[in-house]
Amino acid sequence: MKISYVKILSFSVILFILIVFFISLNRNTIYDTRKLVGQKLNKFEMNSLLDESLVNSEIITTSEYTLINFFASWCYPCRKEHEFLVKLGKESNKLNIVGVNFKDKKSDALKFLKNYKNPYSSVAQDKDGKASISFGIYGIPESILVNKEFIIIKKYLGPLNNEYYKEILELTN
Amino acid sequence: MLSNLGIFSIVLTLLISFLLVYNSTILFKKNNQILLQKIINLSLSQLFFSILCFILLIYGYVSSDFSLINVFQNSHTSKPLFFKIAGTWGNHEGSLLLWINILVIFSYFFLIKGKNYNINFRLITLIIQNFLIIGFLLFLLITSNPFVPIYPVPSEGLGLNPILQDPALAIHPPLLYVGFVGSSIYFSAAIASLMTNFKGKEFANSIKTWVLISWVFQSLGIIVGSIWAYYELGWGGFWFWDPVENASLMPWFVITALMHSVIVLEKRNTIYSWVIILCLLTFILSVTGTFLVRSGILNSVHTFASDPSRGLYILIYLSIMVVGSFLAFFKYQQKEIYNFSLKSKETFVLVNNWFMLFFLITVILGTLYPIFLEVLIQKKISVGPPFYNILIIPIVIPFLIFMAIGPKISWIKHNSVKIWPIIYLLILATILNFIIIYFFGSYSILTNLIIISAIFLIINTLIDLKNSFAKKGDSSFSRIISHLGFAFLIFFIGINNHFSLEKDFNLKVGDKVKFENYKLDFKDLSIKERKNHKAIIGNFIFLNKMTGVEEKLFPEIRIYDQPKTLTYEASIKTKLSHDVYLTMSNIERSDYYNIKFQKKNFMIWIWLSAFIITIGGFLRLFKKN
Repeated sequence: MKISYVKILSFSVILFILIVFFISLNRNTIYDTRKLVGQKLNKFEMNSLLDESLVNSEIITTSEYTLINFFASWCYPCRKEHEFLVKLGKESNKLNIVGVNFKDKKSDALKFLKNYKNPYSSVAQDKDGKASISFGIYGIPESILVNKEFIIIKKYLGPLNNEYYKEILELTN
Repeated sequence: MLSNLGIFSIVLTLLISFLLVYNSTILFKKNNQILLQKIINLSLSQLFFSILCFILLIYGYVSSDFSLINVFQNSHTSKPLFFKIAGTWGNHEGSLLLWINILVIFSYFFLIKGKNYNINFRLITLIIQNFLIIGFLLFLLITSNPFVPIYPVPSEGLGLNPILQDPALAIHPPLLYVGFVGSSIYFSAAIASLMTNFKGKEFANSIKTWVLISWVFQSLGIIVGSIWAYYELGWGGFWFWDPVENASLMPWFVITALMHSVIVLEKRNTIYSWVIILCLLTFILSVTGTFLVRSGILNSVHTFASDPSRGLYILIYLSIMVVGSFLAFFKYQQKEIYNFSLKSKETFVLVNNWFMLFFLITVILGTLYPIFLEVLIQKKISVGPPFYNILIIPIVIPFLIFMAIGPKISWIKHNSVKIWPIIYLLILATILNFIIIYFFGSYSILTNLIIISAIFLIINTLIDLKNSFAKKGDSSFSRIISHLGFAFLIFFIGINNHFSLEKDFNLKVGDKVKFENYKLDFKDLSIKERKNHKAIIGNFIFLNKMTGVEEKLFPEIRIYDQPKTLTYEASIKTKLSHDVYLTMSNIERSDYYNIKFQKKNFMIWIWLSAFIITIGGFLRLFKKN
């Protein structure tokens, strides 16, 4: 009777694989980060750049809107957009700005924030760029605007400019 | 017109396939020489009409006949003739027609080449193969007909995806298809063998050449794909464990195992059931790969316009195939007696098989696990190189050692394995390894072990080569060449992995950066209008301060019109010792560019070693004939 166990086992494995294939057929897996708009942001947890604490998704619930900005000290366009982040931080009351430091050295990142001011309420550290992938980040600079319910309202690929700055102000005020 | 002709010949091919199944079933019951001739004729006409379909489609592309949706969607009058022809199989429908052609070609040649084999075995093989053909023809007609007309006829086509506008398109898919689809014939033969009790040596003989042919083509197809991805996609390496690459690797592992095992079956008339399993698994995994890639379940560079009904069809096809072969195997399988000596070539071939299966399971897990996880608990993960590196690299070390020793062991029973020569050679390999470290700089312990075992295999294989030259008419020459290629492949991969340099920069015109002993200077940008695209070309100078050697690099961003797409062309300078690799991409709303610089050691040797592996296969093929 031993052989029939082998049969049953291998048959169930095959069946299982085929069923999973069948279910996944009806999913859209073409991954385009622009399509993330309107979807829910995944929960996250990362180390803070500024101290020993953790930055996690709780932070999204602390204000009406949150702008998550991905930056690095080595990224020149990030320097350009930084002034808009600083201005947004001052002018928008319902907006919380969170920074994610992307593939950077800690000391360089801290220097960057010192030189260009720190618009972020908290800064998370993503040393190897892996955590950013789950946010759907291609390259930096990139920013994601989310509301309190974790819904992604807007994605900004490339540096923020005056036009986007105004748009964010309008959306969040 | 073309549309009608095309559909007509598809239907005709389908009809002939039914007739073939019908006639073969009758002949199976009563032996009749006239009927056999009729079957051979039918098979020839099936070959004729299926090739005709393909030629008609190529004609549609060459003459830019946009009355066919397929041509309209994938071609353009301004394309060079070469890409018009290659574009025929650069899309789902056309490539499926190529699939069917290969199924038919293999079916025909297996039938006429197998005169010496049992007639019932040949007939059942033909019947099963024609079931496969019918399945794919119906698939073509129902969901993926390349001859669907469009009215009114558009005056211009949409164009071929720019990434596909490359000479490699002409060879990469056909090579792979011959490899993957070619394995269908021994899938059919395996079931026929179970049903007709045509087994042992004779069965091994009947499939050996076919296994070798599909192995050679599959290997070549994978290598060409890898080289294509290297220079076209700007990833800058030879393997990325991308799910689609993995899909091509899964059948390759099995077929490599089969290629070794079939020799055991031929020489020693044992492990018959195991050979059957490998035969069935190779084609099943080929179709699974096709399913994964075409259904859009995997997200990768091989995106076919995805349509759930196609995925569903292939899945049904796959299920029938898997369940059918599963039932056939358990119904007809007989108990075998294995009498193996531990110290025999048979055992070592089986060891090879266990390694191959280990690699296979690793790759299957890494590829399918994310899909399973997403379905079962809705979590998105991606399995990357670290997973494969951790699991595969340490296992490669004993694999290489066994690969060096195995061929020296004789069949049936080897009297004594001499330990000392092995130890001497291992010491020699270790010394050579330290010499490399002395010249290039140190690397991790694991890499040390990889390099030592690769050198050990190289030395052993070179000794075999010397002995093979001494013995006239030695049959192991082709095996030696392939093993040597594999040893060099692992050796160069080991070195490449460790001394490669990778840097990312944000630069604008006029910027210079220094890193290690190098300087990269972004001189200027120029814009060129070419026949089917506009190119933004960066002009870079790369200076090695140690040697004073300067190199000019011109990475491009190409803007295509039909269809509107951006592509990034790497600039690669290949030398014997290393490749310098530079890609450039724009940053939206900024005059800075993302620059990715890579220095990859011994790239050309990796490709060359991989080709040597397949040359061994070719040598064996030609020697047989």
